[in-house]
Amino acid sequence: MTNLFNYIPKDSPVHKLTGATKLAALLLLSFASMTTFDTRFLAGITILTFIMFGVSKIRFREVKALLWFTFVFMVLNNLLIYLFEPEQGVMLYGARHEICRLFGRYTLTQEQLFYHLNVILKYLCMIPLVILFVSTTNPSEFAASLNRIGVNYKICYAVSLALRYIPDIQREYHDISISLQARGVEMTKKEKLFKRLKNIVTILFPLIITSMARIETVSNAMELRSFGKNKKRTWYEARPFLPADIAVIVVSALLLVLSISLNFVNGGRFYNPFV
Amino acid sequence: MKKEPVIQFEHFGFKYDAQIEPTLYDINLSVYPGEKILIAGPSGSGKSTLAHCINGLIPFSYYGDATGSLRLNGKETRDMSLFEISKTVGTVLQDSDAQFVGLTVAEDIAFALENDCVPHSEMLERVAEAAATVGVPSVLSHAPHELSGGQKQRVSLAGVIINDVQVLLFDEPLANLDPSTGKTAIELIDDIHRQTNAAVIIIEHRIEDVLHRDVDRIVIVNDGRIVADLPPNEILCSDVLKNCGLREPLYITALKYAGVQITPDMLPQHIEDIVLNENAKALVSDWFENTPPAEQPAKGPVMFQAEHIRFSYANGHEAIRDVSFTVHRGEIMCIIGQNGAGKSTFSKLICGFETPQEGTMLLEGTDISPLSIKERAEHIGYVMQDPNQMISKTMIREEVGLALELDGLPREEIDRIVNDTLKVCGLYPFRNWPVSALSFGQKKRVTVASILSMNPEIVILDEPTAGQDFRHYTEIMEFLLELNRKGVTIIMITHDMHLMLEYAPRAVVFTDGKILCDDTPANILTNPELVKAASLKETSLFTLAVRCGLSDPRQFVQRFIDYDRRVREK
Amino acid sequence: MNLKNKSLWKVDVKTIVAIGIGAALFFVLGRFVAIPSPVPNTTINIQYGVLAFMAACFGPIAGCLIGLIGHFLIDLSAGWGIWWSWVIASAVFGFLVGLLGNRTRLAWGQFGKKGAINFNIAQVIAHAVAWIVIAPVLDILIYSEPANKVFLQGAVAAVANIITTAIIGTLLCFAWAKLVPDKSSLKKED
Repeated sequence: MTNLFNYIPKDSPVHKLTGATKLAALLLLSFASMTTFDTRFLAGITILTFIMFGVSKIRFREVKALLWFTFVFMVLNNLLIYLFEPEQGVMLYGARHEICRLFGRYTLTQEQLFYHLNVILKYLCMIPLVILFVSTTNPSEFAASLNRIGVNYKICYAVSLALRYIPDIQREYHDISISLQARGVEMTKKEKLFKRLKNIVTILFPLIITSMARIETVSNAMELRSFGKNKKRTWYEARPFLPADIAVIVVSALLLVLSISLNFVNGGRFYNPFV
Repeated sequence: MKKEPVIQFEHFGFKYDAQIEPTLYDINLSVYPGEKILIAGPSGSGKSTLAHCINGLIPFSYYGDATGSLRLNGKETRDMSLFEISKTVGTVLQDSDAQFVGLTVAEDIAFALENDCVPHSEMLERVAEAAATVGVPSVLSHAPHELSGGQKQRVSLAGVIINDVQVLLFDEPLANLDPSTGKTAIELIDDIHRQTNAAVIIIEHRIEDVLHRDVDRIVIVNDGRIVADLPPNEILCSDVLKNCGLREPLYITALKYAGVQITPDMLPQHIEDIVLNENAKALVSDWFENTPPAEQPAKGPVMFQAEHIRFSYANGHEAIRDVSFTVHRGEIMCIIGQNGAGKSTFSKLICGFETPQEGTMLLEGTDISPLSIKERAEHIGYVMQDPNQMISKTMIREEVGLALELDGLPREEIDRIVNDTLKVCGLYPFRNWPVSALSFGQKKRVTVASILSMNPEIVILDEPTAGQDFRHYTEIMEFLLELNRKGVTIIMITHDMHLMLEYAPRAVVFTDGKILCDDTPANILTNPELVKAASLKETSLFTLAVRCGLSDPRQFVQRFIDYDRRVREK
Repeated sequence: MNLKNKSLWKVDVKTIVAIGIGAALFFVLGRFVAIPSPVPNTTINIQYGVLAFMAACFGPIAGCLIGLIGHFLIDLSAGWGIWWSWVIASAVFGFLVGLLGNRTRLAWGQFGKKGAINFNIAQVIAHAVAWIVIAPVLDILIYSEPANKVFLQGAVAAVANIITTAIIGTLLCFAWAKLVPDKSSLKKED
């Protein structure tokens, strides 16, 4: 479980926050950075998440794989955006300051570069936040946290069950797939596409059968232990809110309010230095 | 003792909605507070249905028509809710992976309390207490996949006793456990029984293993009816177990073969306490002297050799440490050992599912390491424990012919091989049936057939008889023996000591990634040091031989096994 | 398994467990199973075939939540941030298949030509709505990405997912329905 979500237990102020606090902060801040394109705001959030990284004692090399992956993804997506719409920035900011002409309809403009800077900032404030969340929050706390922020407890428990059975299903898939490979089921490019898809079904079928059987036994086991009896339930993993928790939630909420109000201040979602 | 019964069946019957015939008929059974009862019966006898009636899954989760009366503390269960029933009856399910719904041990133990909205501080206290009672206090923060099967079962038990239930119901608690863990489980159940004074009901067909600790009564269910409800000492004197296709304790069968008349006053419940007078001992001794030893099969030429195999998983865990091992043509052998001892990993290495870091593997003198999984499977087939994980086609023919089909063989060729394989496996009459219409044992045959269609020289089977009652067990094993006679070399990975004793002339014991011993099962199971080191369980036959003062207790075990096989083959 | 007598919107313990196990399946297939597709460096999303099957069995609420939780967990563990636009699209897909595919009657163990047509109409509509409407529109709203880029991306995803779901989902449904045999028609043959 720990390696699946890259949870790295440490003794830091960020780890000490309750899961509910971190989940609430994650949601509030991700909505805050989704609503606005204000460069100053995004840069501020980015700096804030990097500071939190420092506070959490999580070392960059511990999450290197995740960051590398993110970097490649970010570069690719920016390239795609540019290829599809080199004038996106010009359209958004309503001005055109050309730097140089590349080829065909591809020119480099200050507006386009500024727009890409904003896109990159969106990644930079969002992705470290997610990485910070997963590496400082015990997956066991996910469900209790969701319930704490108001999600129906039955749905929360479905999340918990998903986390519980992911390793089992992963192992089962692996076993089934190997035993079928031994009988000649091929899923690599050696096989034609349609055949490949049919072969996948050959593996999925036993997996579905055992999963459906598991749904039945697990729901019996849960009912026999009073799941669903009351309108509420308590959680073993729940922790009480401390002043730090309340502070983090209040700050996150204020940042969301700020980001929404910036839309009015800027007269739109963009901070526009060009006009 | 004469209190009101906590559970009372009166002329109770039950028929599932999906079935035409009732599963239970005219059940009359009372369970009193503090009693300990074993309910035994062959597969399909209705014993699981009986358990579902007790814990409320019937009628609340499985639908059907109930007749007669079933009362819990004097109240009809059909007028109660499932939640009310589960306050009185706690169930430990057979599948401890399904029962373990929490992400960690502590959360799982707390599950029922969480659902009852017990306050957090009280919950911590009660969880710690229950964990201590079942002996898992040090693993509270562990995830389920970090635990052994025995530990998972303990967690399940803790999660049930945390509610002070009046009845503890164990559904096949010995399935999936290695022999010594099973023994400990029975001891744990007994300890909990003494501490809580709850009524304990154990559903199990492995009678000898349950009787390791006292029970008050044994209830035998067969064909949906209770056919016996007696103290163990009386049940063991009758023929009711044998008649229902259940296995008697081996020492009882041995005494019967020797012509000893078993009576309740001999206290036959435990091999340690059974009263054996001089006459009985003499009879056993005479039987031993007069039973000829069976011929040991001659060893064939060497077929497969593994030399100095080492293997570590990606996480650094060293699973196999310098193992060398030889298989002879036409052999039938067992690989045994605790969970995690390396026996499954080793068989995966043989099949090429994993690649060893060091060592060589030779098949008929040829190095097989360059072969792909598929190519290796044409020589060495692997049959998984759960047939449902292997069967990926809905029709029997398609399933058995899958590998041939993927190989691109012509239609007639496929049909010919599939027909031949189905005949060998006794499935030919069912060749046009869907797999779903088959019983568990038949499905097992289908999976063996689907491997045999590739014509491998060696077949490895993981727990071929797991969860099967004596009749199905015999059926599957006789089938494998038949295959062996036709020339297939068979390797079985198993926890079942009976299986090994009865069917394998040779067994290899794994502990801690190494081979501890390679000998005949009778020799292994009569060596107390080995038994302890490998978490096996001594056979009661050996104890019987020692108690009767026989000169060669090991030979006694071997001769009993051979004789028993001959009797059953008739 | 007894799935009969269940109304479309009923959420009982079995539905909750189905959501949990379904999300775990979605996660494992989406995160760890890489089946190469004809386009270089891309893989086939087989998880939508399974999601469609589960939604047809357990209804729109289960379908919606399996997509939501499964996709959310994939994003959470992959480290590329949480792409709400696509997470929500997965949820909408599950919901629509559960809603429109309820006449598939999978729960009854029947799945014939009519069921297959119903199932596929449902999945085509659901994929189209999810990837050509929901995901790109949200991408434009949230990330101000160029419209032509996101709509093309969405259309490609929709076509690929429709094809894989049509094959994987339909075959799974047929196989599942065959699990309830009509025993009366079975005879041993010599």
